[in-house]
Amino acid sequence: MSRKEPDQQAPVVQRVRVRYAKRGPLRFTSHRDFARALERAVRRAKLPIAYSSGFHPHPRISYIAAAPTGVASEAEYAELALRDRMGPDDLLKALDAALPPGLDITEAIEAHTSGLADRMEASAWRIELPGVTVEVANAAVEAFLAAETVTVTRLTKKGDRAFDARAAVVHASVRPVAGGDGERYAILDLVVRQVTPAVRPDDVLSGLSLVASLVPPVPPRVTRLAQGPLTESGDITDPLRADREHPSVGAGE
Amino acid sequence: MSVTSVYPQLELLLPQVAKPIQYVGGELGAVATDWDAARVRWALMYPDAYEVGVPNQGIQILYEVLNERPDAMAERTYAVWPDLEKLMRDNGVPQFTVDAHRPVAAFDVFGVSFATEMGYTNLLTALDLAGIPLTAADRTDDHPIVVAGGHAAFNPEPIAEFIDAAVLGDGEEAVGEITDIVRDWKDAGSPGGRDELLLRLARTESVYVPRFYDVDYLDDGRIQRVVPSRADVPFRVHKRTTMDLDAWPYPKKPLVPLAESVHERYAVEIFRGCTRGCRFCQAGMITRPVRERSITTIGEMVETGIEESGFNEVGLLSLSSADHSEIADVCSGLADRYTGENVSLSLPSTRVDAFNVDLANELSRNGRRSGLTFAPEGGSERIRRVINKMVSEDDLINTVVTAYGNGWRQVKLYFMCGLPTETDEDVVGIADMAHKVIKAGRQASGNRDIRCTVSIGGFVPKPHTPFQWAAQADPETVDRRLKLLKQAINSEKSLGRAIGYRYHDGRPSLIEGLLSRGDRRVADVIRRVWEEGGRFDGWSEHFSYDRWVGAAAATLPAHGVDLAWYTTRERDENEVLPWDHLDSGLDKEWLWSDWQDSTAEVEQDDCRWTPCFDCGVCPSMDTEIQIGPTGKKLLPLSVVGQR
Repeated sequence: MSRKEPDQQAPVVQRVRVRYAKRGPLRFTSHRDFARALERAVRRAKLPIAYSSGFHPHPRISYIAAAPTGVASEAEYAELALRDRMGPDDLLKALDAALPPGLDITEAIEAHTSGLADRMEASAWRIELPGVTVEVANAAVEAFLAAETVTVTRLTKKGDRAFDARAAVVHASVRPVAGGDGERYAILDLVVRQVTPAVRPDDVLSGLSLVASLVPPVPPRVTRLAQGPLTESGDITDPLRADREHPSVGAGE
Repeated sequence: MSVTSVYPQLELLLPQVAKPIQYVGGELGAVATDWDAARVRWALMYPDAYEVGVPNQGIQILYEVLNERPDAMAERTYAVWPDLEKLMRDNGVPQFTVDAHRPVAAFDVFGVSFATEMGYTNLLTALDLAGIPLTAADRTDDHPIVVAGGHAAFNPEPIAEFIDAAVLGDGEEAVGEITDIVRDWKDAGSPGGRDELLLRLARTESVYVPRFYDVDYLDDGRIQRVVPSRADVPFRVHKRTTMDLDAWPYPKKPLVPLAESVHERYAVEIFRGCTRGCRFCQAGMITRPVRERSITTIGEMVETGIEESGFNEVGLLSLSSADHSEIADVCSGLADRYTGENVSLSLPSTRVDAFNVDLANELSRNGRRSGLTFAPEGGSERIRRVINKMVSEDDLINTVVTAYGNGWRQVKLYFMCGLPTETDEDVVGIADMAHKVIKAGRQASGNRDIRCTVSIGGFVPKPHTPFQWAAQADPETVDRRLKLLKQAINSEKSLGRAIGYRYHDGRPSLIEGLLSRGDRRVADVIRRVWEEGGRFDGWSEHFSYDRWVGAAAATLPAHGVDLAWYTTRERDENEVLPWDHLDSGLDKEWLWSDWQDSTAEVEQDDCRWTPCFDCGVCPSMDTEIQIGPTGKKLLPLSVVGQR
């Protein structure tokens, strides 16, 4: 007897793009962890999610350039394919309520365009450096920016990999902040281009330690503030603008 | 006085460890507890990694039951991996709960559930990190009462020195009783200190407090007697049995972690206990009698469990799930309810029986048919009579033919090696079975692309089973037989290619054997292994056989015994066993006669369908078999998926 063919799943009638945040302790959520949590939240919220066909039907959700484990973010993006239409505002409310506090849906917009991933040209990162003075941080950033290339190594699954961390950095600046106990420390603001291999905030920190021996006494707290298209002046703009401005007609792309 | 969270200190360590999310908590289903409002505070531990511990049913049930009480609260803690353990020691961060990151030492009761003895070294790590003295006698009124539960607590003697108390059997009602006693004692101003509290617990006759019992030994190393050291504690401590599973429909709000765990599913226990009578099976012996959860409660639990958790898999758990009196209606009812919902249903622990294939077909009618698992346990009819696993070769072949004929492509078969009276032929017979399975499967499916996997584990004699007297096979014998089996499987290449072979070497089983049937003298071995770095002994990459053997050789001879004495030595009828004063309900004379029947290859029927064979449990525990059918059916859910 031959195997039974799997059931066909309902077709996609609408795509919704969501922006979400990873905050507080839940910044330690890995991308895989988040994907599992989102799939379960989709079930709990009873969203009309579309499934892939086949013997292992999967909810049709795609993720775009997720922040590393341990890094907080205000600007993560995912796209949900639906089998029935649903208002993006209702989807936002239902999905956010089904996710734990700290994994928060902050925006939902119907997709009218393709190529969202390609629009993610750069990210803005905020790196808090408790225990590091503004002067020390400034000196390190100046040395880093003055360098032609800063070759850093990162341990990957294929062993140590060396690459330049300097070229991808579009902007780096330091400002002071008062800590909880009144102590002032440095905050480093970065804009880094999305390149291959990816240059992550910790790669820039490795670079700072290489060029200026900057070694934070406690682990820095990193947050992605934005990601999207990069203007010539070095600013990051809204990656969902095209979808937002599109006249809301029909479904899909 | 409120207790501060250690999270600010912990947070600085988390970027430096693997999978930090496991230490953060914040699971769906986790309860926000009110420290100040609670009068009795429990820290519950599963002494293994978070990914293994968080799906554990026992801890989830007790966590929910305790947190529903207005006068109690419970938080959870798990074993931390060595990378975090080192950082915690370097930075003075104590063992913490994942709920509110409170120090474990601040709680009133520290309850640890031992599904296996291999978690003992992790208990010591947790106590040490918590700042609780390892030796119970060194603790003061300021330290929590350390209580062991779980199946391993049916012989807690090897850890008697490290725990204050042990509870045998079902925990749902026991935790309530302990909470009452601790609350009343605290409310009265803690009269008599720790000793008085433990005495009050011991007097219930269902909480074992090792310090109130003296063990005397004979010159040859055997136990002479175990007697209470004071007049007001009972001679024997009895197990707890929760009789009405419908009255305890937990977990209601399953814990859904952000971190990946070993079981990503909603699990509902469809019955507890088993009277199939497999002689090697401690779980089947110590959880009697059979108590079914009704089809109606199962349906309700699955419905709310799926809704609360968002899981897309449901496991119908028990020791032999197809034995539920209404299992066919449960399976077809659930399959009807969740058609088109992309919810998969699974039925672990099934026996070798074509009926099981029907059930599996029903559960998989909306999904794929990949693998089915059966456990014949022994490779020859003779050895299956010895272990009372009543499966004939015809049963097995009929079952797999039905499975392959219904589109299943893979069959997994579970076996044990090192069983009492076992010969090389019994083990090599497994190859013959597997060959027949492949031949029959190819014929039934008309397809050569079918597979069979043989999984084989080392047998460990367990307390409160008919094999509690048996000599454990030494690792050399086990390994030699496993090798013979491998050769035999591959002796016919065309068949061997379709057979997967999975096994573990026999050495961890020997250590499990030491810890399972050990007495209080084994504590020295556990402590020494832990001092030498032993952690996570259930994980092959962390387990060190040499460390255990070395620690046993260094500590046991002072007591006139050794590793072999505890493991490969057969006990005689009159020997006082370390757990004889702990009452699982099983009559020791019945266990002995079942052991004699075993070696005589005499089988024992199931008392659910044949007359009582006097194992002793029902009369001594004042319990009875509770099975259906109820005659009820699962009705379709009103508007599935749209509420």
